[in-house]
Amino acid sequence: MEWLQQLVNGISLGSIYALIALGYTMVYGIIKLINFAHGDVFMLGAFIGFYAIARWDLGFFPALIISMLLCAIIGVIIERVAYKRLRNATRIAALITAIGVSLLIEYTVIFFRGASPEAYPEVLPNTSISILGASISSQSIMILAVTIVLMILLQFIVHKTKIGKAMRAVSHDADAARLMGINVDNTISATFAIGSALAGAAGVIFGVYYTRIEPLMGVLPGLKAFVAAVLGGIGSIPGAMVGGLVLGVVETIVSALGYSLWRDAAAFVILILILILKPSGIFGKNAREKV
Amino acid sequence: MLKVNNIDVFYGNIHALKDISLEVNEGEIVTLIGANGAGKSTLLKTLSGLLKPKNGNILYLTQQIAGKPAQTIVKSGISHVPEGRRVFSNMSVEENLELGAYLRNDRDGIKKDIDYVYELFPILDERRKQLSGTLSGGEQQMLAMGRALMAKPKLLLMDEPSMGLAPLVVKKIFEIIKTVNSQGTTVLLVEQNANMALSIADRAYVLETGKIVLSGTAKELQESEQVKAAYLGGL
Repeated sequence: MEWLQQLVNGISLGSIYALIALGYTMVYGIIKLINFAHGDVFMLGAFIGFYAIARWDLGFFPALIISMLLCAIIGVIIERVAYKRLRNATRIAALITAIGVSLLIEYTVIFFRGASPEAYPEVLPNTSISILGASISSQSIMILAVTIVLMILLQFIVHKTKIGKAMRAVSHDADAARLMGINVDNTISATFAIGSALAGAAGVIFGVYYTRIEPLMGVLPGLKAFVAAVLGGIGSIPGAMVGGLVLGVVETIVSALGYSLWRDAAAFVILILILILKPSGIFGKNAREKV
Repeated sequence: MLKVNNIDVFYGNIHALKDISLEVNEGEIVTLIGANGAGKSTLLKTLSGLLKPKNGNILYLTQQIAGKPAQTIVKSGISHVPEGRRVFSNMSVEENLELGAYLRNDRDGIKKDIDYVYELFPILDERRKQLSGTLSGGEQQMLAMGRALMAKPKLLLMDEPSMGLAPLVVKKIFEIIKTVNSQGTTVLLVEQNANMALSIADRAYVLETGKIVLSGTAKELQESEQVKAAYLGGL
């Protein structure tokens, strides 16, 4: 039953990728920008959670919520300061700015607290539960539960609330959305807020699960979440969820087969394959039809 | 109701509208006719706040709206049915209508108005759960109109409602424009189909390369030799 255990590990890892990928895909959907600073918001989320737990003695859930709130604010600030004025610039200008913001965040954190890693305190009980002969840690189950709740919440926001409908309208056609009276700038900010909050949540979950965090920890998960978003079809929310989970499971399988040194490569092989075989991704739409 | 005074609008370096002045009175259907590229859509976009005029002013009721953001203008009662429909094709018919009422908060009123739109366009009622991208061109035009009406506009701006539609559908759409107008909504209609537009309008302006070259009552223009030659297909 080792396979079942590996599958659970893969899904846990994948749900972290999925949470980060959602922010990538939502931001891309609305302003067609690959926000490369997104992985660093994930890192900030992990550190905020760390300080909340280690310094202020908060539990897992309060730390998770504080991290999500602060990351939402950080995301909005990044958008307002760095990206808003580039709304009409070329896409490459915005992309380069995103890389700049990413480096700025990483090295600001290093400047203030150094580059040394930090060990996440244990906030969730870590007992093993035996299901069908596989031993599964209660942490994995908790992580999965939190991820599922957040995804359901996101689906609810996007499909049932006014701001969610505005987000979908703006991502489809910003000018038509303006004609409905939708404030496009505020809607874009809300998208950054929600995406960044999810990255913050992923950061805390990552910290609890893998226990080691450091200022450059956002780079690789960020890139892999980007792969996950492309795999699912960039711009598609269900795509990001599925893409993240698939990527997590594939990586875990590659490790389980004994090729653990190849697990990072596996993610990028997937990226290359998807770009060659189906660039629009699993849930991707074809190019929009002009009437 | 709407008074446009000497506006100039630029697209980058292109001087798209030159010193345009026009007026729309309450209760009227006013049409703006002209060839492709004359600046008709540019004018509507300026009125609804998507473009900002460089000079001149736009007086709507008692307020200046030139250069105001689109949401302020929608709120003050101007709705714009854009060229090419621009429905949110990834959403259902009903969601499109709900978005039309984005700035309203009166749930009951919104519900009532959705029913009113379904009454105007029974076909939309049949398709309420369908993705709007799967509708035919005529149905999408109806949806775009219904969506604009959901904001309860006092002034409805319509850009080329006949574009790409079969003559029978065009006739139906124009009948509904008349109905909506008779129920108290003022209409500013941009059209290439001058014949059709003049047949329902009270007054008309002719736009040529960014300038208004002719104006008068619809009847006058229908009989004008100049308009006949240029826009009504000769005799």
